[in-house]
Amino acid sequence: METLLEVNHLTKVFSLGSIFSRVRIRAVDNVSFYVKPAEIFALAGESGCGKTTTARMILGFEEPTSGAIVHRGGQGGESENKKVWFTEGVQAIFQDPFGTFNPLRIVDRYFFETIGNFGLAANGKEAVKLIEEKLNAVGLSYDEFSGKYPSEFSGGQLQRISIARALLTDPTLLIADEPVSMVDASLRMSIVNLFKKLKEESGLSVLYITHDLATAYYVSDRIAIMFRGNIVEMGPVERVLMDPQHPYTRLLRESIPEADPKKRWGSRITLSDTEHEEYLRAGCKFAGRCSDATEMCKTESPKDVYFDDVLVKCHQCTRKYP
Amino acid sequence: MNETVLRTEGLKAFYVLDVFGTQKVVKAVNEVNIEIRENEVYGIAGESGCGKTTLLKALVAAIEPPLRLIGGKVYYCGYGKEIDVSSLSAEEKRRLRWEYISYVPQGSMSVLNPVMKVKETYRDFIESHVSGKTREEAYEIAGRQIVELGLPRKILDTYPHQLSGGMRQRVTIALAALLRPRIIVCDEPTTALDVVVQRGVVQMLRDVQKYLENTIVLVTHDMGVQANIADRVGIMYAGKMVEEATTERIFGRPLHPYTQYLINSLPRFGDKTTRESVPGSPPSLIDLPSGCPFHPRCPYVLDICTKQMPGFVRLEPNHRVACWLVGEG
Amino acid sequence: MKVLRDLFRDYRFCFSFGVLVIILILAFLSNFSPYDPTLWNVVPKDTKPSVQYPLGTDSNGQDIFWQATYAVRNSLIISLIAASVSRVIAVLVGMVAGYTRGNTDRILMFVSDGLLVIPLFLILVMLAMMVRQHMSLVVLGLMLSAFGWAWDARVIRSVILSLREREFTQTAILSGTGTLKLVLNEYMPFAMPLVFSTLINNISWAIGLEMTLALLGLVDVNIPTLGTMLNWAIIYQSMFLGRWNWVLTPVVISVLMFIALYWLSVSISEYLDPRTRIQRVGAQ
Repeated sequence: METLLEVNHLTKVFSLGSIFSRVRIRAVDNVSFYVKPAEIFALAGESGCGKTTTARMILGFEEPTSGAIVHRGGQGGESENKKVWFTEGVQAIFQDPFGTFNPLRIVDRYFFETIGNFGLAANGKEAVKLIEEKLNAVGLSYDEFSGKYPSEFSGGQLQRISIARALLTDPTLLIADEPVSMVDASLRMSIVNLFKKLKEESGLSVLYITHDLATAYYVSDRIAIMFRGNIVEMGPVERVLMDPQHPYTRLLRESIPEADPKKRWGSRITLSDTEHEEYLRAGCKFAGRCSDATEMCKTESPKDVYFDDVLVKCHQCTRKYP
Repeated sequence: MNETVLRTEGLKAFYVLDVFGTQKVVKAVNEVNIEIRENEVYGIAGESGCGKTTLLKALVAAIEPPLRLIGGKVYYCGYGKEIDVSSLSAEEKRRLRWEYISYVPQGSMSVLNPVMKVKETYRDFIESHVSGKTREEAYEIAGRQIVELGLPRKILDTYPHQLSGGMRQRVTIALAALLRPRIIVCDEPTTALDVVVQRGVVQMLRDVQKYLENTIVLVTHDMGVQANIADRVGIMYAGKMVEEATTERIFGRPLHPYTQYLINSLPRFGDKTTRESVPGSPPSLIDLPSGCPFHPRCPYVLDICTKQMPGFVRLEPNHRVACWLVGEG
Repeated sequence: MKVLRDLFRDYRFCFSFGVLVIILILAFLSNFSPYDPTLWNVVPKDTKPSVQYPLGTDSNGQDIFWQATYAVRNSLIISLIAASVSRVIAVLVGMVAGYTRGNTDRILMFVSDGLLVIPLFLILVMLAMMVRQHMSLVVLGLMLSAFGWAWDARVIRSVILSLREREFTQTAILSGTGTLKLVLNEYMPFAMPLVFSTLINNISWAIGLEMTLALLGLVDVNIPTLGTMLNWAIIYQSMFLGRWNWVLTPVVISVLMFIALYWLSVSISEYLDPRTRIQRVGAQ
């Protein structure tokens, strides 16, 4: 099977605290997944689950404690060297559209710099043509874009501009870290539809990191649900989100407010007060909130179980769903 | 139909900015008439920058420069009387705040003093509004309320930074509800929160409303949350209210083209067909288009839409729309 | 230019601009002085202001007005050298320390903090006594610059440290921008207002320090500067003898300069502050 990106047994441990009391938090705990060409893979979970740390490690902004990140494709063949990322076609967009660009610089400078640094155009005129092509791909025109500062655009427009910049190098993989959380719910579709379009038209793969399961369902092909550093369920999005096996996935799925007043939440939930404790739990990290938890769940870390193409990390699921 | 508890008439509140010599006027609330009733959850929805937060500020009489009240009135109603908010003195406004109407602002972590334990913040609140309570009595009142609303008692002895985001949000809501106000106004209470935590916060808001039998005005752009908690929803666009109806009708039979886009653009589980969000961008409140502010993005635009702002047409007692397509014809 | 027009709205800028223009004119006029400032007894001593001698003459037999033009020019030269050289050092040290962090940062900050705690005045006095013979304007300027960078280096470093964590740093890295270009293009616009206002403050500081050293007789008193003029005036007891024109000339000039420089730095740094700049950008 051809894969574009492989993450194998990736782990990141943070040490917090002073000399007297050090706490070691496994922000990313033995995470493995892969992304195929022309596919949208969602890495989903609530805040503090480790998805952003994973993204930073893939992009080389953070050193993994252990594990490997392999990128295939492009001129270099297989490579584990992080410097190779950007020349080999991996780009990223971030959560805060207004933070992505320096507020004191005109936005098109980033475009010209990218083109200059990677040698994407022979002269100024060709550079403008390339920029125009990418802007059109995201639904913007060159005239409404050139010569403006970030504060002159709306959040949705800036996010699209950010995608256009990422497309300049013709990447095969786009890492999108919470690209729509700071955009209004009603405008998220326009960004997310772009991902779909780019995948279908240019074969772009997207690693879509989000806590918004509704858009994840809408746009992705496969999804991995993360909880406190572990992947608890992974598989085709239709199966994972429409027929969730892991108790946490089921809790998430039920808690999404549906835009339909007939489908209000019936049952009540209790929330955990602090998150620290859950990270340090031995055994299954979700055991504290799980209604099906047994003694084994609290002491032993669950293994990965496979049901066809869906991976589930749970003791109970082995029994209920053979 | 329940009694009206808050009413606005032709409300206009603009930001008048002076940026290095040029004056810019941001028409954040541009002639809004709403009636909010008791014992209901009234939702206000709309994109960022449509004026919802400014409307809330006007409702709680927190209008400070550069925001100015240009025209119209806000009335607090009850027991057969109506008070014009602009006629109140600063002292009267202070007393009404938290006792009649409380405000849970966006990013409400700032309501909690980071260097005081939660119980101290409670005591502060109680002492400034209710006289004659000792410290112990204040802690007692705080403890009772916390438990009644389903929160663990031990949080009283913690500092705000020790609590998770969702818990802080719920404590802030509890504080807002402490003096049993008739109206609680919340600005985007769930926006920065995770899905499960969001559910907990919404659950708590519902509990508070049922318990106090008062009114909650909830501003959020998240239509899913509106569907789950609101009884009636008002849709705002570019400083104006364009449609207002019961939640069932807003989601089941939206009439204004903007509302239709809003509802249809939301992803639904089980359905992966392509959905479209509203095309174009929201207008700048400094430079509004003529006539109906939505006309540049409206797929059904008529000639009159570019010239004149439509008035409200009332289709049913609980459904009104401001659109030239609806009404006469 | 639109920039100047915006700046002139601020009364402080107008005042400073006016004063500084006058100062610069005075400095320029020194080229046309009919008298050699280092000579004595070129004119009658101790006369009152008249048409021939606009500010009168001093006890050395020099025309006060023309002496003042030289004094202003020389003080400006010293302070400009001191301020600009120390800016360059501060920016380099601050940027390198802020961006590379780690051990380089620790060493640089150790040096910088060392310079902050050393009693500056004593060192300067010592150095001045040692090089008194060779104390030209440039030497004095360089000496002052060696001590004027430490504080600002740390400030610039903290600006860089915080900017490094912002997302646009990542965008620039993803655009393939190298470290040096990144720091210059992305961070300098934020550091600029700081550099500018500290430049102006440094000029003030240098003039003040020079005047102090001159009053102690630690500079070459034959070179006219604001400090040496004041020094001579005091030596000749001009205050007691009622020769106000002599002692007040350097005093008034330097006070006006300090006020003007201060207001200039405040008004320009308010204008350049990233927050107000962002506001202005959108309001085109």
